[in-house]
Amino acid sequence: MGDELPWWAGLLLPLVLVALAAATASADAVLTARTAGAPARQALTLPLRDIGGLLVQQRRRTLAADVLLGRSGAFALLVAAVLASLATPLGRWPVADFSIGIVWFNAMEVVAWAAVWLVGWGANSAYGLVGGYRFIAQGLAYELPHMFALITAALGAGSLRVSDVAAAQGSLWFVVWMPAAFVGYLLSVPAMAFWGPFDHPVGADAAGGAAAELSGVDRLVFLGGRWLLLVSGAAFAVPLFLGGGAGPALPPWLWSLVKTLAVLAVLVWLKRRLPTVRMERYQEIAWVVLIPVTLVQALIVAVVVLVR
Amino acid sequence: MWTQVAFWVCAVAAVATGVAVFRVDSMARATFALLASFVFAAGTLLLLNLAYLGILVVLMMIMEMVVMVVFMIMYMMNPAGLMPMTMVHNQKGSLAIAGGVFAALAAGIFLVRWPTSGRPRPADPTRALGEALMGSKMLVMMVLGLCLFATMVATIVLAAHRGRYDRYGDRLDAKRPDDPVRGGLNR
Repeated sequence: MGDELPWWAGLLLPLVLVALAAATASADAVLTARTAGAPARQALTLPLRDIGGLLVQQRRRTLAADVLLGRSGAFALLVAAVLASLATPLGRWPVADFSIGIVWFNAMEVVAWAAVWLVGWGANSAYGLVGGYRFIAQGLAYELPHMFALITAALGAGSLRVSDVAAAQGSLWFVVWMPAAFVGYLLSVPAMAFWGPFDHPVGADAAGGAAAELSGVDRLVFLGGRWLLLVSGAAFAVPLFLGGGAGPALPPWLWSLVKTLAVLAVLVWLKRRLPTVRMERYQEIAWVVLIPVTLVQALIVAVVVLVR
Repeated sequence: MWTQVAFWVCAVAAVATGVAVFRVDSMARATFALLASFVFAAGTLLLLNLAYLGILVVLMMIMEMVVMVVFMIMYMMNPAGLMPMTMVHNQKGSLAIAGGVFAALAAGIFLVRWPTSGRPRPADPTRALGEALMGSKMLVMMVLGLCLFATMVATIVLAAHRGRYDRYGDRLDAKRPDDPVRGGLNR
């Protein structure tokens, strides 16, 4: 069990997530600039300047927009992305050590389904709606392998409490004997944050998809929520498969951060390596390959747990 | 004290958003008002220390309502509420039915002698509830699960526009499936 922090630690959680997101966005921008031959020093602060630009940008309105639904969708994405990390321990300290932490993470991550569709619908724009529907299709593809991966880790530890799962990896990290579950989980992280190869819902071919009509603060809230969801998903992989804060020499909280950054680095590499995956293509891969593979993985883990 | 406040907030908000389902003029708003109602109902489960069931209700209802909104908008006329629309039809009849059902249920609450127990609350109410529901009826539950799964597969087989003979030819001997949409495996 982890040592639960006092309530005000919850106020620090968004700051940690934002710092990790900023680091990832900067690294991605620097790599993009280097590929383009542009000066990397300017790219380093590009995400921050983007935020400033969005803060002062005037909101654009569309005709007969459903402002209530659109804004609550973007807001829900931001809030759920932060809440998803509530049970994720930083080293030994989770903000809230829920007994059902894994289910909690899953529920918060699923909010993205509703949020992206609402944002796409709210603008009363055809491109926005196309993006919203694309994300629902994407959700149907990534969600089941994601859930099986979560269940497999919980099965290996015999607990839904995240700190128990991290503690159960004292001798052997779950990534070693549940590689298929880890890969399934790793693929679902950019998919739930519609980022990297899974950015079809906000794809340029649909003029920005769900985010097509967003501007100013609305866009900042939506894209910020997306970044925080990506970081939350990457951070959750650490206690789930990578031994939590375990590691030599450094204190546990630092190991958690290092491992989270490593997962984010892999995701950035994937994003830069792979082109956008169309959903009809990924749907088939998910249902014909990923679901059976993660199910067999869960079966193997279940047998090992029973025999052990 | 706080549990009482939380319960009444959840209860009133669940009913209010439930009413909103029939008052708003857009299918999207109606669907998400219903989702809000279910989420508030899940809040009362959390108050009973049934954390697993409460969070699971939130998880399932979000997925369910997002899938449902697709169908609601696909089948309903005037989905976006750009023109006046109403969620209620046959108003007099449905009013009578709703009033009758409400009266019967409310009478039931006061007339039934509810069982009481002096035993303390179990340490893990979710486990206790699960054992009470399934302990002696696991076989029934498993057969039920199998039946539901078979129903789903059968429904999809019946509804599918194209089967394997369309994809791989009458003798199922085509190397590559003949699909209208490119992508996925094998292509």
